[in-house]
Amino acid sequence: MPPSTGEIPGTRTKSEEIRAEYKKFTGRKVLFILFSIVLIAVIAGVAATLGPYPITVTEVYSIIWHGLFKTPETTKELVVWNLRLPRIVMGILAGIGLAIAGTTMQAVVRNPLASPYTLGIASAAGFGAALAIVLGAGFVTGQYLIVANAFVFALLSSFVIYGLSRYKGAEPETMILAGIALMYLFSAMTGILQYFGEETAVAEVVFWMFGSLSKRSSWENLTLVSAILAVCIPLIMLKSWDLNTLSAGDESAKSLGVNVEQTRVVCFMLASLVTACIICFTGTIGFIGLVAPHICRMVIGGDNRYLIPASGLFGAVLLLAADTLARPPISPTILPVGLVTAFMGVPLFLYLILTRKKRYW
Amino acid sequence: MVKLKVKDVTFSYAREPVLEAVSIEVSTAEVLGVLGPNGAGKSTLLKCIDRIITPQTGCILLDDRDITKMSRIELAKKIGYIPQSLSHVFSATVFDTVLMGRRPYISWRTSERDTETVLETLQMLHIEDLAMRDVNELSGGQMQKVFIARALTQEPDLLLLDEPTSNLDIRHQLEVMHTIKSIVRRKGLSAIMAIHDLNLAARYADRIVLMNGGTIFSDGKPASVLTCENIRQVYGVEAEVNYNRGKPYIVPIQAIKAK
Ligand SMILES: Nc1ncnc2c1ncn2[C@@H]1O[C@H](COP(=O)(O)OP(=O)(O)OP(=O)(O)O)[C@@H](O)[C@H]1O
Ligand SMILES: [Mg+2]
Repeated sequence: MPPSTGEIPGTRTKSEEIRAEYKKFTGRKVLFILFSIVLIAVIAGVAATLGPYPITVTEVYSIIWHGLFKTPETTKELVVWNLRLPRIVMGILAGIGLAIAGTTMQAVVRNPLASPYTLGIASAAGFGAALAIVLGAGFVTGQYLIVANAFVFALLSSFVIYGLSRYKGAEPETMILAGIALMYLFSAMTGILQYFGEETAVAEVVFWMFGSLSKRSSWENLTLVSAILAVCIPLIMLKSWDLNTLSAGDESAKSLGVNVEQTRVVCFMLASLVTACIICFTGTIGFIGLVAPHICRMVIGGDNRYLIPASGLFGAVLLLAADTLARPPISPTILPVGLVTAFMGVPLFLYLILTRKKRYW
Repeated sequence: MVKLKVKDVTFSYAREPVLEAVSIEVSTAEVLGVLGPNGAGKSTLLKCIDRIITPQTGCILLDDRDITKMSRIELAKKIGYIPQSLSHVFSATVFDTVLMGRRPYISWRTSERDTETVLETLQMLHIEDLAMRDVNELSGGQMQKVFIARALTQEPDLLLLDEPTSNLDIRHQLEVMHTIKSIVRRKGLSAIMAIHDLNLAARYADRIVLMNGGTIFSDGKPASVLTCENIRQVYGVEAEVNYNRGKPYIVPIQAIKAK
């Protein structure tokens, strides 16, 4: 081997060089996470100024800050806290949850094309909602009928997959195939409901599936969602190193002492729970859960210890931005946020794919 | 001292047994070469030893303890395994991949000692220059070295290598074999390697088991296992065996027709 140029004896050794470079790399990941947090704060501030009642950005921040310590009283405070913030917070929580569920699912089934919905959860939730909307049938009555139905059916599909992997072994291929089969089954059942349902009900089902952040974003609901996220996400993050090992295959992971089957099943159920508790309130907002992990992987690499928090925060950025763009005066009428995420996300995603220098998964 | 004892192990994926009453032993500071034609059951045997798959009958003792009675983590601290086919779905730096070898010891935060171990191993295998590269962008041989490094950072007592040199050029074959052999000697490890290159096995293995159709055909010193007769019977190949510095040196002549 020819002596490498530029290496002067007495300067840093190779090991020190690697250390320094690794540190820089870690710094970049942390920076990305901090950057995402700042972006969330900025977009949230801007989003809170949008609406018929004029409030400036500085006012918004001051109202939010003071509202943390006392109950809102003035009109402005009430508008921000009761009308605008719930939707924004739902956007943040949904973005975080869906993106993390997506990242987790991709690692669990060892497939970069997976999303929170890969294993049929979205169509199951859709069917639950449709059942409630079209037939008024469900597990509870009253205002929570649709929500409870969507939630229960979403988890029902996850339990079917769980049962199957207990019986057949948690292999990615089995799980994906079973998920796809369930997806078709629930879509067909929703199709039947739509076919025989009344026109207004059918329209409502369609609208539910597009997703919306404003419909069911009361503070009670937000508390419920945050509580579930606060439990599930740390648990997923504890498993992040084990998820990393799956990338090199099950045999390899086992030889490193990882309980592969258990890791896979636990993480899959946690991701399902996160997804279910979000989409039962928002409808099936697509795309975030697939794309946020990829964008982050392009920037900070595939280490789940950083990727999970980063993609969660970046998911929140994406969803919040999409929801802000979906509103007047920025767009002509209120568009369903699920559609805007696609319109905004697809060009961004294609741009990144086309300009990337190396493969990233 | 006997490190590993495999006693009467039988394994089948479906109905046909792939391993039939296989018994082998490996001592401390010994390199055992496992030879045999494609499908002989070499990889299956290694997987049984690391409990990646569980044999239907027979038992495997590591330091006189039944491996089925050990936890996965405990096993991972004692056995390092390098699979035959290597892949990595998501991107990761070589450094992080090798660092995963520390997984049996830590679950989230890595310490200075972990970093130290990784750096030492990278240096030992001469892959420091790859440290920040993406594992998905390596050549087959570089990838193989990365996975060997990962297994070594586990600090195991027993190394299981499934064709560790299949993708390496001759220089790197010798280099990797030498590294493995010297680590085995220096740290008193044991190594079992499945390998196709008879000459490499003859040269670096202390002992060789020759497998055929899921059974042990022959077991012993390279010179006693690698004979014309054995090679003819197991591989169906006519070969000439010479001796070079006391080690057998095999020159394959031709495949025997219609075996
Ligand atoms: N997952 C599996 N399911 C079913 N049969 C298998 C499986 N893996 C291996 N086999 C069969 O078991 C037998 C032994 O396979 P094994 O991989 O142990 O062979 P090997 O000696 O490592 O061969 P090679 O030199 O080609 O690597 C073969 O007949 C193979 O077809
Ligand atoms: Mg093999």
